[in-house]
Amino acid sequence: MNKIWRWPSLALSLVALSLTLAGCGYNTIPTLEEQAKARWADVQNQYQRRADLIPNLVATVQGYAAQEKNVLTAVIEARAKATQIKVDASQLTDPDKLKAFQDAQSQLTGALGRLLAVSENYPDLKSNANFLALQSQLEGTENRIAVARRDYIEAVRAYNLALRTFPTVLWAKTAFSGNKPMAEFTASEGSEKPPTVKF
Amino acid sequence: MKAGSLLRFFSGRDHRLTRAVVLALAFHLCLASIALAVDFPALSGRVVDQAGVMTAEARNDVEAKLKSLEDKSGIQLVVATVKSLQGSDIETYANQLFRFWKLGEAKKNNGVLLLVAPSEHKVRIEVGYGLEGTLTDALSSVIIAGAIIPRFKTNDFSGGIERGVDGIISVLSGDKSEWQEKPKVRSEGSASDFDKLFPILFFGLLIFIIFYLIRHANGPGGPGGRGGRGGPIFLPYDGGSWGGSSGGGFGGGFGGGFSGGGGSSGGGGASGSW
Repeated sequence: MNKIWRWPSLALSLVALSLTLAGCGYNTIPTLEEQAKARWADVQNQYQRRADLIPNLVATVQGYAAQEKNVLTAVIEARAKATQIKVDASQLTDPDKLKAFQDAQSQLTGALGRLLAVSENYPDLKSNANFLALQSQLEGTENRIAVARRDYIEAVRAYNLALRTFPTVLWAKTAFSGNKPMAEFTASEGSEKPPTVKF
Repeated sequence: MKAGSLLRFFSGRDHRLTRAVVLALAFHLCLASIALAVDFPALSGRVVDQAGVMTAEARNDVEAKLKSLEDKSGIQLVVATVKSLQGSDIETYANQLFRFWKLGEAKKNNGVLLLVAPSEHKVRIEVGYGLEGTLTDALSSVIIAGAIIPRFKTNDFSGGIERGVDGIISVLSGDKSEWQEKPKVRSEGSASDFDKLFPILFFGLLIFIIFYLIRHANGPGGPGGRGGRGGPIFLPYDGGSWGGSSGGGFGGGFGGGFSGGGGSSGGGGASGSW
């Protein structure tokens, strides 16, 4: 009779152990890590989306304001530079990498702001339907970038907090001792806000 | 004097339990105060006129339109007017309010929020993830500039909101022939079938393993012993507490009253000011 009971009780205790592990936050760190990585993917997608809008925008502006060569080349160059820097999800623990990414993107933000400011001087351009559509898409993308960045910062904060607070710190020091805190965006002044565009 | 007694309170041995309770309470109060940093109006209906700028007639009109939109297409469009943006810009506020109310269905994210801040002279159409392809930023911007702003400039908030809602609905519904088909939404539902099956599979596997182990534990007399002795021990578990836990948690959706369906927004849409 004893023999029958031994295996089931072992199986039961295995189940109980796995449930206890889950209850004690064993899953918390991997979950939060994956969430932060997913938020980072969103951030990169939105920046990519902005980069994809730029060739069209530049072409449209060129049609009306070809003499603004400096501004146009500045945008193209900044875009080329910004699209070169990609930060893989596994590199998120490296603050320098993230900073390089952010610097390149905020340079592009600045160049785009100048382009839009210059286009104010061309009434024909301003009333061009294509330009207006591109402009509102650009505004929308800047806003999406702001949202994605905010979400990423929040996800990273939650993850970093889990690595340092009880009870998850127990797991961080043992089972996940290889996990390092992720780098947060240092929100540089003005880059959080989309460039203001006036019609 | 007071500090002294506090110190004694916190160091006294007999107060260990009380101290723990007090600390725990303080901790929870901290959490609560963080969560309520910006207070949003409650989602009391499809039109939340906190600023009080709409006429009762317009409210009822708009509410009826919004309800018929949701009945036909499942899209949850909500109009909100707020007294103040509490210092944040309208894009941030609209996004946070949208997420706070969880507009749209969770899997489809098909919610839209038309937010008006009369004191800041700002208006925004915030579009859920799932409708970004239909109600694009450019179209939202056209609706705001063409239908809403001109009326807001003359302080005709009811008219502006009504025309704006008409515009949004006509974009979302396309023309009449497309009306039969719901607008395409970006669905995250691919994993949902697996999600629903997972607990059943999990417990099925568990039961299988247990039976397998029992059978082998019985040694030479195995197969005979399984039906006779192993079975009755574990079947009650399956039908009892475990079976219950695998079935719960998937109902969700819309119950009585009006509430968000769990949708989210990533900042799609457009803003305007007057």
